[in-house]
Amino acid sequence: MATQAANRAIPAPKEDPTTKPFWDAARAGKFLIGKCKDTGKHFWYPRGCSPFTLSNNVELVEAKGTGTIYSFTVMRSKEPHAPAYVELDEGPRMFTNIVDCDLDTLKIGMKVKVVLKATEDGGAPVPMFTPV
Amino acid sequence: MSINGAAYIVGAFEHPTRKAEGQSVAQLHAEVAFGALQDAGLSKDDVDGFFCTGAAPGLGPLNQADYMGLTKLRHVDSTDMGGCSYVMHVGHAAQAIKEGRCNIALITLAGRPRAEGMATGTVPRSWAPNIPDDPFEIPMARTVVTSYANVASRHMYEYGTTSEQLAWIKVAASQHAQHNPHAMLPKVVTVEDVVNSPMVADPLHRLDCCVISDGGGALIVARPEIAKSLKRPLVKVLGCAEATKNQAGGQLDLTYSAARQSGAAAFAEAKVKPTDIQYASIYDSFTITVLMQIEDLGFAEKGKGGAFVADGNLISGVGKLPFNTDGGGLCNNHPANRGGMTKVIEAVRQLRGEAHAKVQVPGCKLALANGIGGLLGHRHGSATLIMERE
Repeated sequence: MATQAANRAIPAPKEDPTTKPFWDAARAGKFLIGKCKDTGKHFWYPRGCSPFTLSNNVELVEAKGTGTIYSFTVMRSKEPHAPAYVELDEGPRMFTNIVDCDLDTLKIGMKVKVVLKATEDGGAPVPMFTPV
Repeated sequence: MSINGAAYIVGAFEHPTRKAEGQSVAQLHAEVAFGALQDAGLSKDDVDGFFCTGAAPGLGPLNQADYMGLTKLRHVDSTDMGGCSYVMHVGHAAQAIKEGRCNIALITLAGRPRAEGMATGTVPRSWAPNIPDDPFEIPMARTVVTSYANVASRHMYEYGTTSEQLAWIKVAASQHAQHNPHAMLPKVVTVEDVVNSPMVADPLHRLDCCVISDGGGALIVARPEIAKSLKRPLVKVLGCAEATKNQAGGQLDLTYSAARQSGAAAFAEAKVKPTDIQYASIYDSFTITVLMQIEDLGFAEKGKGGAFVADGNLISGVGKLPFNTDGGGLCNNHPANRGGMTKVIEAVRQLRGEAHAKVQVPGCKLALANGIGGLLGHRHGSATLIMERE
């Protein structure tokens, strides 16, 4: 059995002033993640404070865009899709989707790479992942 | 400050409706409040503390208190931690009573998602404007079921938990629900029925998911002197604690829940241990929710929950840990998509000896109710309440 990931219409992310640079970069084809400059640790999702120290001494840095599947599910709807947690090579585990593949072949631990997926109504693209 | 012995649950009422086509949400709240006060032998002007959540329509407690004519309030609390709020509110009420801020606390929950045709678990939804995680999660189709399914998927990967083991949780709930005339799903099901039901979100099948129902419930919590002046069996609050868990900036671990913290704190306050508990109400939005709490509360070792729940171990009269003897959210009801209220109510029934005869735990003296609110994978709260029949 094969279940091809649907090319579902993805709702546009509602941008806010704090994370606007993240979305601007996504429009330019770059996948950024948060970095706490005090601890050197990366974080997800992007925000204006460090989830490790609460300080605003944070920056957005370009991620390698590679990681492994930490957990996943396949939503067996008319448009099958796979909400998942991916562990980025930089460390953070992020909630995303696994796309552009046969969803019945997915396994935890599988290597994946980022794909910026277009969203509805001309919204900024969002980072999803596909098996390497 | 410990609340052990500071308050008693003196009234409890569960709305019999499962589809409220003829009542508004505010009216459902009023009906459960009236029912719980009647159960306690009190009237609405005795209430000086009111507890509700965002499920009550309006600004905090104000509109619902107005609707019900609560004019004697001197303490209110609308802390909302989703479905576990009502378990937590019992603890908050006991604290307020201990501090002398109120004498008789009313806690209400009601809602009508079924009559309103809400797709509770399978459609991405935002709870409010300006939520910082929404832009990163709504496009990813974050729904209730996909959040819990990710937890189940990781649990299976780490510990070898199987769909058949999860199915036993539903089987046990259905064994209990057959005796509940109000249960939405009173039919007894088998492990095969569960694993052969349609897959919703791997590894969760349709029968791994709770029902969507209308209705609600209410509780009355009172100070000891008042409780002892009433005619109902005495249900004493021994301990109650709450905790939260979130994605921690990406350093998340899906293998445990906040019940690990809330449970340990409540057991310490109650001065009892998991093996002392004779009956447990365990939040069952999905089968995996139950499994996680059973491990995190200390009823089973982490990773061994699957083996613990198998072979009927949760069935009253059969297994070691009778749970959700009303049929729970999996078979009975899940009013307003918030199951914590009915969890406390069934525990009170068990302690009073008022559960259905077929599921009543003989001589039930010590019971626990645990709730999980929010999304188990993304961010959730847990509240643990331990009660004793005096």
